[in-house]
Amino acid sequence: MSGHHAAPVRTPFLTRGSAAVLAVALIGIAVYLSRMLLGLGRFTNLTDQWPWGIWIAIDVATGVALAAGGFTSAALVYIFGRERFHPLVRPALLTAALGYTFVVIGLLADLGRWYNVWHPMLPSMWQGNSVLFEVGMCVMVYLCVLYIEFVPIVVERFKGKVALRGALAGLNRPLEGILRLADATLSRFIWVFIIAGVVLSCLHQSSLGTLMLIAPAKMSPIWFTPVMPALFLMSAIAVGFPMIIFESMIASRSFGRPAEMHLLSGLARMIPFLLGVYALAKVADLTLRDAWPHVFAGGAQSTMFLIELIGGVLLPLALASMERIRRSPAGLFVTATLIVLGVALNRINVFLVAYRPPFTETTYAPAIFEILLTSGLIATLVLVYRAAVLVFPVIPAPESAPAEHLSRVNVPVRIAPAAAGVFQPTDGTES
Amino acid sequence: MTLDRRGFLKLAATGTAVAAGSLAAAEAGASTGASAHDAANAFGVLVDTTLCIGCRKCEWGCNQANDLPKRERADFDDKTVLETHRRPDVTAFTVVNRVAAPPEVRQAAFAKIQCMHCVHPACASACIVGALRKQPEGPVTYDAWKCIGCRYCMVACPFQIPAYEYSRALEPRVMKCSFCFDRIVKEGRQPSCIENCPEEALTFGRRDDLRALAHAKIAANPDRYLDHIYGESEVGGTSWMYLAGVDFARADLPPLDNQAPPVLTETIQHGVFKNFVPPVALYGLLGLVMLSHRRRDGETGEEE
Ligand code: SF4
Ligand code: SF4
Repeated sequence: MSGHHAAPVRTPFLTRGSAAVLAVALIGIAVYLSRMLLGLGRFTNLTDQWPWGIWIAIDVATGVALAAGGFTSAALVYIFGRERFHPLVRPALLTAALGYTFVVIGLLADLGRWYNVWHPMLPSMWQGNSVLFEVGMCVMVYLCVLYIEFVPIVVERFKGKVALRGALAGLNRPLEGILRLADATLSRFIWVFIIAGVVLSCLHQSSLGTLMLIAPAKMSPIWFTPVMPALFLMSAIAVGFPMIIFESMIASRSFGRPAEMHLLSGLARMIPFLLGVYALAKVADLTLRDAWPHVFAGGAQSTMFLIELIGGVLLPLALASMERIRRSPAGLFVTATLIVLGVALNRINVFLVAYRPPFTETTYAPAIFEILLTSGLIATLVLVYRAAVLVFPVIPAPESAPAEHLSRVNVPVRIAPAAAGVFQPTDGTES
Repeated sequence: MTLDRRGFLKLAATGTAVAAGSLAAAEAGASTGASAHDAANAFGVLVDTTLCIGCRKCEWGCNQANDLPKRERADFDDKTVLETHRRPDVTAFTVVNRVAAPPEVRQAAFAKIQCMHCVHPACASACIVGALRKQPEGPVTYDAWKCIGCRYCMVACPFQIPAYEYSRALEPRVMKCSFCFDRIVKEGRQPSCIENCPEEALTFGRRDDLRALAHAKIAANPDRYLDHIYGESEVGGTSWMYLAGVDFARADLPPLDNQAPPVLTETIQHGVFKNFVPPVALYGLLGLVMLSHRRRDGETGEEE
């Protein structure tokens, strides 16, 4: 599983755009730390009626769904043998690894006793009936798997190039040894982790859909269905490739490169089928449960559902079915974006809009701090991604410049100078 | 190669069949509906809303017996609070509300609300660390030390009972009635609210006996009571049960299914994990698919 000509991107870390993102990130981090010290009450609009808000619906539920590009691309390339999409695997893997990391960071903010987050790992507290327990354990193991899958990228970058200076120079040989060992063992066993990653993803993507089934009396019949786990899995699989397309096109633009249309259009050819299966299941489910009257009953829930179904599923399905659209960068980007937003809206709908507690005097709308924290996490994720692709060979090298050349440029390794300024102080592992 | 393919397909089919079979088995087996509830001996309470006079003495008793912000006895003589609809919160595990009765019902009715101590509680099934637990004696108890504060229990409770100490920076707790667990199980006494009720609107006893008592009351006074014991079968039964003369929904007792909410989630959950067969089968299946492509690549060389 070689690098397929991926190379660190050579571009400054800080541009005007990323400086703006950095500002959002810093505000979010400040809110985050304050919330951890001062409690939930001051920073959220959560109440006894509305125990879950956007930190669960967006940071956790939507975060997990949109990280689905990781397991779908791994399955496509390594399991179903579609080698030609190999260049897309690394960016998707990085997104998944960072996405899940931020899911955990976001979840911590929502936990009243975040310092007890390790409790579910103690066998004495295992609670096999709890759907949340299963989701938590799967996400934790999957996160480890994602990091392991990322190791070969680190090895490729640093093997034979570890050259720490000064006091740390003594670590060069041990570090080199670790990299070599990782290289030797992982290349032989990486398949174990790749398959495990796909299985774990299927498990917790679907279990996320089981979570709200514990509250039948509080859930709108538009969304409440015993097959919700299946719908969650199908939508996660359907959103994987669109998410890869969405990100790849944004990254290309941000790095001033042409979009990789030859690969992305090919990937998009699978969307009509994957999204079609989800659309069909959704429509069939509503029909079998006689739930259409609720859909057309009017009100906020009906409206949100119709936006989700038409704007986020049916419209992009129609668009993705047209080859002309799949081949045009603008058309493809719009299609992918609609699907991503559609699945995001589905998660928000299921966890927030569909939830109607029986004794309500208030409604929930996120507090300004909830919004600042969520946007801050997303901004931080974007920046870490940017830093990572400047350091590691993740993104396919542009075709105009031969990859071999690029990856050899950096021989005694130092972090891309532009990244160092901002990235170093926050990253203790490099110096 | 063809042989490999055929063998692979056969194996794949077997794997899928095993996975599907175990799912079906899990769904058929009702063992997932298990609860720690000891049906023969568990305690319960019968609340007769037609006897309640809204004196709020139970609220006072609860305040005294629990780790709640302490209030003066006189605070509970204030009857104006009965004009507003209240819910239990972090300062009160139980509250009494006036039951909005239609004009033709002359007698004012009141209803005390608190945790129902469900027979198969959604909150306990949801709890990620088992901090909420159904005790064989009936109470659903909370162990704050285990709790991680995810509030999934609050999402799960069909009666919207657990409250959360959002305003506490450190050690926030889920707050709800404990059925005075220590008091009734270790000290052999009655719950504090019940000891303080002057009208015998609350009857403490074995849940089974209380069901019989309730049926007898309804039979003796068919005009006074609706012919329904709320909590006898709602959400799979609750330890606290209610009699009323007017629609229960007016007393914050919503119409609910008789199936305990955890039956669905636990069936799905245990179906997916049945002896780890489905995950392992999926693993094997994917492994075979991977292998088949490797082989093919080996024969024909890389696609590109
Ligand atoms: S009423 Fe709610 S909090 Fe009480 S046992 Fe039932 S589910 Fe749990
Ligand atoms: S908030 Fe505490 S008691 Fe409630 S489900 Fe989470 S861990 Fe359990």
